[in-house]
Formats: sequence, structure tokens, C-alpha cells
Amino acid sequence: MRKYSVFAVAREAMRGHRGWEAQWTSPEPRKEYDVIIIGAGGHGLGTAYYLAKEHGITNIAVLEKGWLGGGNTGRNTTIIRSNYLYDESAGIYDHALKLWDGLSQDLNYNVMYSARGVMMLSHNVHDQQVFKRHIHANRLNGIDNEWLTPEQAQEFCPPLDISRTARYPINGAALQRRGGTARHDAVAWGYARAAADRGVHIIQNCEVTGIRRNPDGSVAGVDTNRGQINAKKVGVVAAGHTSVLMEMAGVRMPLVSYPLQALVSEPIKPIFPCVVMSNTVHAYISQSDKGELVIGAGTDQYSSYSQTGGLQIITHTLDAICELFPIFRRMKMMRSWGGIVDVTPDRSPILAKTPVQGLYVNCGWGTGGFKATPGSANVFAHTIANDAPHKINAPFTLERFRSGRLIDEAAAAAVAH
Amino acid sequence: MLLIYCPYCEEERSELEFRQAGDAHIARPTNMTEMTDEDFEAFFFLRDNVKGLTFERWRHLNGCGRFFNAARDTVSDKFLTTYKAGLPRPDLGTLRPATEATVETYEATESDAK
Ligand SMILES: Cc1cc2nc3c(=O)[nH]c(=O)nc-3n(C[C@H](O)[C@H](O)[C@H](O)COP(=O)(O)OP(=O)(O)OC[C@H]3O[C@@H](n4cnc5c(N)ncnc54)[C@H](O)[C@@H]3O)c2cc1C
Ligand SMILES: [Zn+2]
Repeated sequence: MRKYSVFAVAREAMRGHRGWEAQWTSPEPRKEYDVIIIGAGGHGLGTAYYLAKEHGITNIAVLEKGWLGGGNTGRNTTIIRSNYLYDESAGIYDHALKLWDGLSQDLNYNVMYSARGVMMLSHNVHDQQVFKRHIHANRLNGIDNEWLTPEQAQEFCPPLDISRTARYPINGAALQRRGGTARHDAVAWGYARAAADRGVHIIQNCEVTGIRRNPDGSVAGVDTNRGQINAKKVGVVAAGHTSVLMEMAGVRMPLVSYPLQALVSEPIKPIFPCVVMSNTVHAYISQSDKGELVIGAGTDQYSSYSQTGGLQIITHTLDAICELFPIFRRMKMMRSWGGIVDVTPDRSPILAKTPVQGLYVNCGWGTGGFKATPGSANVFAHTIANDAPHKINAPFTLERFRSGRLIDEAAAAAVAH
Repeated sequence: MLLIYCPYCEEERSELEFRQAGDAHIARPTNMTEMTDEDFEAFFFLRDNVKGLTFERWRHLNGCGRFFNAARDTVSDKFLTTYKAGLPRPDLGTLRPATEATVETYEATESDAK
């Protein structure tokens, strides 16, 4: 793999950009691999990368039914933060945040991680109490999060209307300065390139249609539209389609799949310096480096695999955005789209071994797993390589829904992302 | 936005008037205190999360207020039929669920594009 650098850009500029290599290859699948990862989103590609880099396992295939990064990885609003309430969540999300810082260097790929700050607006006394509780809990876990007065909030984000006559007045905000955004596609591409460089096969347009088992019940491999492929270890990292894949191995999951939508405006000059979220009004917004306002909507109320979602969900979000930022009222929205998110009862992910020997699952990231991509991939690779969880993901089992040891971020946050 | 036929009001109304209320035909256990953890987990937390034909409960919250059941395809979001609460799963007979090949959702057209 030829290294990307400022010199490479200069060199290619001099010769008409004819020297760039393909970023990854598209090999024919082998008959057998040591590990198969199902799903080439950020979490799946990252898992393959860390298996190769940290555990010396390179005979890996990542199977993807569509194109790599075409799932939720390429559809999300890219908000990154780690200020979750519970110790277990703080552990995994902050592990990810530490890896974001330095990921571009590690992958030799600019993932455009920008720690521009994530500010969560407080509109009432209840918000204030909840946020302050989060701030204290975060600080005990060594995670930055601070309380801002309305004036400080406006100083941090000038377009914010803090007048008492606003439709949804603001009585303060919680700010995580290390939070921010990253370029979602670049995360998938960067992991894909770095994994392929270490020998990982990324096989696109390859849909898994069955999971094969040995007579003793352990995993033998998978069936795909490109034939049977064997492996003793299979990791399912398929977001909204996890239930469908796990059913092939006879495992029922505590998951429901919902459409979640986002939209972007026409591009404008830099106006919005950070990420702003309002749980109470249900809106979140940031500005991409291309200049588009990136706006996230809510989930639909019914389960679906349609990757669309209802129009009323989007208009509801835009109503809220226009009330919070009247300055954006006349802007045109350019594109909207949906992804299918896999939601667990406690809104925490599952990264674990399963009742089937050799079958591992990384799912349940729901509406908020982009931020966790490097951390999740890193500890999931450990879990597969050692057939045992890393201490960071040890609490995120499937069995917690039997034992009752939930990690109840659902009750803690009411809304995620 | 979906149009949903309420079997009590006997008319199609906008989705805005309705609330989805989870899977249909789940019998609430009568021996909750004696159940094993496995059985409770299966009843309370595990879901089929079907891709394709699913049976679910809806409530006409901002209408007659009543619960009813629906058969819906989760790929096309199309309602095949709705029926009153307490009735058994209908025999869908020739009403085949739409498949990815016949429905023009994103999912369907994406697999066509392959
Ligand atoms: C609109 C929207 C906004 C979001 N906003 C945020 C946000 O601001 N911050 C945040 O942290 N998170 C956000 N999320 C959530 C985040 O996108 C996801 O949690 C995360 O990207 C999941 O990554 P993944 O790699 O697990 O899944 P994906 O990227 O979805 O990858 C799974 C892959 O599996 C493939 N697959 C499925 N079935 C099969 C099969 N049978 N065979 C082969 N391959 C298969 C799929 O095609 C897909 O490419 C948002 C999600 C959406 C939809
Ligand atoms: Zn009615």
C-alpha cells in the first residue's frame, strides 16, 4: 500500500493523478477463512482491521450484501460523544473516543475527526437535573462534560437564540468539548483500505443466506449467493439485519428494527461551529465541512426494513429546528434518507459470544453507534480472537436480558444519538 | 405516512391517528411469579423482528381508541389486512406478502441494482 501524505498529493498533482492505486481489492472468495465477518459497515471492517493488526489473524473475509459502508455507517449524522451515564457505557464509548483521536494517523486515512464540541440544550428544570447528574457521573469516570449558562452556551454557539421569548427557552447546556463529528464514509473506507492491506478479503455483493453448523452445534461457515464459505468463527455485525442473520442460527434476539432518518440542507458558508442536540424538543444539528446543515430525525413508530420512513417524522424535526434556530427558516433541504437501526430494550449494545460456539454478535447500537465504531471494533476483535470478551465489553452480553443486569441508558437519556 | 384501515371505525385514516403497540398474539403469562428466567426473557425481551410478513397490534389512539391487529409486510410497509382484537391470525390465503422483488422501496431497488 502506498502511503498517503502531502508529498503523495503533490507528486500526483504533477502527473495528472495517474498514480493512485485502488484502495482495496475485490478478490474471489476462498473456500475457507479463519474468521468471517458478516457486514462491511464501520464496526465490521474495523473488527477485521484490529483482528489483523492486534491479534495476527489475517485470513479473514468481510462479507457485504451491498457495497461497503452502504448501511448505517454511510447514513448517519456522525455525532461523536462519550458522556453516557453508566460506568459500563462510559467505558466503551470513551474507549472509542480515545481511539478517534489518532485514528487518521493509525489508518493513514483522513477520517476528519473534528472535536468541535457537542452541546446538549437544557430547556427545563428536569433537563437541568438530568444533565448535571450526567456531568457528575462523567467526571467521576474521568470524562469531560461541563455545565454552561445560557450566555456561555450562546458564546460557544452564536446562532443559538437564548431569549426568554423563544418558543423553547434555554436554561443552560451540557458541553462535551472532546465530542464532535467525523466523516462517516472515510471511516468505512479507511478501515477497508487498512484491513485489505493486511490481507483481509472484502467481498461486496455477497449476501449471507444461511449459517452452517457442525453436528456438535458449533459454527461451520455460511451460505451466500456466491456459494458456501467455511470458517470456525463467524461474527455478525449487521446492524438492522441482525435478527434476520441470527435467526439463521436459531437464536432469537432482543432487537426491533426501526427506520431512522436524516437530512441535509443546501450548502452554506460556515455558520454553525459545533453540534447541538436537544433531547426535549428532539432535534440535533451540525454543519458538515461541505457546508450542509446535517439534521437528524427520530425513528418511526413501527418496525420496518424499508430504509425509508415517514415524511411526518422529518417535518416534525424541521419544526423543532426552525423553532430553535429561526435563522434557518428559509433554508432549502436538499436530501433525506433512512437507515434501519437495531434497538435493544435498554438501548445499550450487545458485543458478545452467543449460545452457538464460534458465533459472535456485535449489534444493538440502534440510533447511536457511529461514535463507538473504533472502540466497538477493537474490543469485538479481542472477543473473537480470544473467544472471551475484553473487560470493556464484558457487561454487554446477551444474557443480561435473562439475568436482569441491564445497562439502562434508555431510562437515563430518553433519546440517543 | 401510512393509511391504516381501522376495523372498528371501518375506514382508512392517517397513520398520525394510530400508535403501533408491538407484536400481536403474544399471550401474557398467567403464572408470572413461577416462570423461569428463560421463559420470562423469551416473553418480555426476545422478538422475532420479522423481515417480511408480521402480525402486530395497533391502537386507533386519536380515533375510537381501540386496539386491533394488523398483518403488515415490513419490507414494503404495506398493510395486508387489519382485524379486530381477539380474532385469530387470519388466513391470508392468496394475499401473498410483497417481496423485495416486487416492491419499490429503497431496500428492494438496491437489491435490483445489484
Ligand atoms: C439516520 C441515522 C442517523 C444516525 N446518527 C448517528 C449519530 O449521529 N451518531 C452515532 O453515533 N450514531 C448514529 N447512527 C447510528 C449509526 O449509524 C450505527 O449505529 C452504526 O453506523 C452501525 O454501524 P455498523 O457497522 O454496525 O452497521 P452498518 O453500517 O449498517 O453495517 C452493517 C452491514 O451489514 C450488511 N448486511 C446486512 N445483512 C447482510 C447479509 N445477510 N449478508 C451480508 N451483509 C449483510 C449491510 O448491508 C450493512 O452494510 C445513526 C443512524 C442512522 C440511520
Ligand atoms: Zn377506530
